[in-house]
Amino acid sequence: MDINFSKEDIAFRDEVRAFLKTAWTEADAVIAKRPGNFKEVQVTWERRLYEQGWVAPGWPKEYGGTGWSSTQKFIFETERAAAGAPDVSPFGLKMVGPVIYSFGTDEQKAKFLPRILKNEDWWCQGYSETGAGSDLAALKTKAEIDGDDYIINGAKIWTTYAQHADWMFCLVRTNNEGKRQQGITFILIDMNTPGITVRPIYTIDDEHHLNEVLFDNVRVPMANRIGEQDQGWTYAKSLLAHERTAIAGIADSKRHIADLRRLAAEEVNAGRSMASNISFQQRLADIEIELMALEYTELRVLAATAKGQGPGVESSLLKIKGTEIQQQLQDLRLDLAGHFGAVLQGDLSAEAIGHKFGDGARRAYMFGRAATIYGGSNEVQKNITAKYVLGL
Amino acid sequence: MNFDFNEEQQMLKDSVARFVQEQYDFEARTRFIAEAQGFSSANWQTFADLGWLSIPFAEEYGGFGGGAVDTMAVMEELGRGLVAEPFVATVIMFGSLLSQSDNDDLKRDLISQIIDGSLLGAVAYLEPQGRYELGDIKTSAVQQGDAWVLNGEKSLVLNGASANKLIVSARSAGEQADEAGISLFIIDADAEGVDKTELRLMDGQKVANFTLNNVIAQPISAIGQGFAALKTMSLEATVALCGEALGNMQKLNASTIEYAKTRQQFGVAIGSFQALQHRMVDMFMSAEQCKSLLYRTVCSIEEGSDNVEIERNICALKVMVGRAGKHIGGEAIQMHGGMGMTEELDVGHFARRLLMINHAFGDIDYQQQKFIELNG
Repeated sequence: MDINFSKEDIAFRDEVRAFLKTAWTEADAVIAKRPGNFKEVQVTWERRLYEQGWVAPGWPKEYGGTGWSSTQKFIFETERAAAGAPDVSPFGLKMVGPVIYSFGTDEQKAKFLPRILKNEDWWCQGYSETGAGSDLAALKTKAEIDGDDYIINGAKIWTTYAQHADWMFCLVRTNNEGKRQQGITFILIDMNTPGITVRPIYTIDDEHHLNEVLFDNVRVPMANRIGEQDQGWTYAKSLLAHERTAIAGIADSKRHIADLRRLAAEEVNAGRSMASNISFQQRLADIEIELMALEYTELRVLAATAKGQGPGVESSLLKIKGTEIQQQLQDLRLDLAGHFGAVLQGDLSAEAIGHKFGDGARRAYMFGRAATIYGGSNEVQKNITAKYVLGL
Repeated sequence: MNFDFNEEQQMLKDSVARFVQEQYDFEARTRFIAEAQGFSSANWQTFADLGWLSIPFAEEYGGFGGGAVDTMAVMEELGRGLVAEPFVATVIMFGSLLSQSDNDDLKRDLISQIIDGSLLGAVAYLEPQGRYELGDIKTSAVQQGDAWVLNGEKSLVLNGASANKLIVSARSAGEQADEAGISLFIIDADAEGVDKTELRLMDGQKVANFTLNNVIAQPISAIGQGFAALKTMSLEATVALCGEALGNMQKLNASTIEYAKTRQQFGVAIGSFQALQHRMVDMFMSAEQCKSLLYRTVCSIEEGSDNVEIERNICALKVMVGRAGKHIGGEAIQMHGGMGMTEELDVGHFARRLLMINHAFGDIDYQQQKFIELNG
């Protein structure tokens, strides 16, 4: 049992640090603070990673992955977050990409994978519907065969960044017989196809992340289907464990703890720094202790993955604890901002408002409520764990 | 990066697990703790025969030369069996102070006696007013001619009822709370001037309060320099106890899940109720998080990380184990319903042991404060 980094790992860490120093600068961080710059910031950042050959650490080398060991992936992720650089947008690189290289045809691989790596296509995920949230298999958006095409009718909801998307990977119903899970097909849809309407849903952080996507006789070539018809559930499921591990956001939470210490030192109560406030210290300590443990839970999962096991059901634990920690950190940050957490900054400068992080704290807190809901709500994760781990 | 036990460690772990499974079910344990000294001497000899008593000692003293991972492997399995024999008191605590002694003849003599099972040791570090401060010591050590003479009171000495020898912390200089001026001495438990009151704790073990009246004692290392050794001992014992707690928690979780699957109410197994399922998942996650933090801690020790980093990990671990112990112990009793309240079921006994481990060497609040101080 050891966590020793080899000499090669240390050299790798130094290489990552050197790269991040130039690839993600203070100027980038300032631009990234503005929510309106989101897509531009992501695309620029991911292209830099692509040029470095590091945009897809999770992919096999033959498809453009890095061939990194679990330890190297962990090091990269830790350093990336510590530098304050964003994670890649997950939909192409972490979600549909692996499905395409695992289950897609050679044509599909050739067509989509290079464009995902270069961030030439922006992807979104068409899973949830009004009647199919936690109970995803209840989905009703249907695809009917017409010649060499499917005709799709229905509606998806909570579709993150559909307003930016060129493509959607989508679960549609192709069969109403038998088990609900067995009549679902996994299909790739060009968002420019006639009949698609994207409607914004504004969230409680006053931003536009989410959308409703309507399909009115949308014609999609059968060549865009992944794998077999009616077997889409299997392909979609293979994604979920990876998705949950990523949602845990452990490396980013570590960075947020360091941020909170810095911010607390600047906040004052009754003439004394909040950094020395005992309630603040205790809350931060409790969160940090959970995170120190969760970091090793993740390493245990990575070590098991490296041996060809999982990530399996442990990823539910990572998702639950990781998102709880995120919310506790957001809560502490909002409380630290005090009254200024209520301010809607808009185009005003921090100087004009008289406070630096209240607006960001509020947005993070409000949008952060979603983390325990998406990727399979935490309650669903507990159902999964009860059934498959505890055998209940 | 690797979180597996090596072959030797796995064999050690399996051997303890086998002993617990074959010779230490709850009924047998109840008999062992009913013995006058609160455990079975025959078991202790078995531990010696199987080599477990040699684990942390250096090879040059006849030990196994084991590290934190070896100790953890043993402690986790002892915890699963709620084993009452004084492994921590003798091998980990007394053994740690002895190993840190600069008296080589004493070490050579006593370590071999621990390993062969003939010597039971105890550490008298706690005083009535001391709470969790190792340095809060009133017991005095005064030099008279060539001899050192001890006077004072020591409380709740683990294995104090059975130990042949005690290592005693005493003040040879300084004020009551000073870390400097503390010295470590060894005495025979039946030496002249030693007055012993035996007590039973809620996990069944026997401890003792001692009053020392002009007891002649031998220093085990440099006079006035004992605090660092006490602290090292307390850190080692804390990690060992957290390993035991992990075993306690895993056993409680397994018992609770098993009970929920078999106990029928309203015509179904109570484990089919989502309200209980989610709480059992919370219990499972609590134990897994403790395991991760324990692994983090033992890896940092074996790796030789800097002392602040190691101590910080240990404080974090102790906070988490304290909380998880209360959480899992409480929930296990609740989900066993009326049965959980009974003395005849093992659940309450495991829960009690976990409460005691929380208080050992500093409870949740104390360790949380230490953790904060270490952040600087």
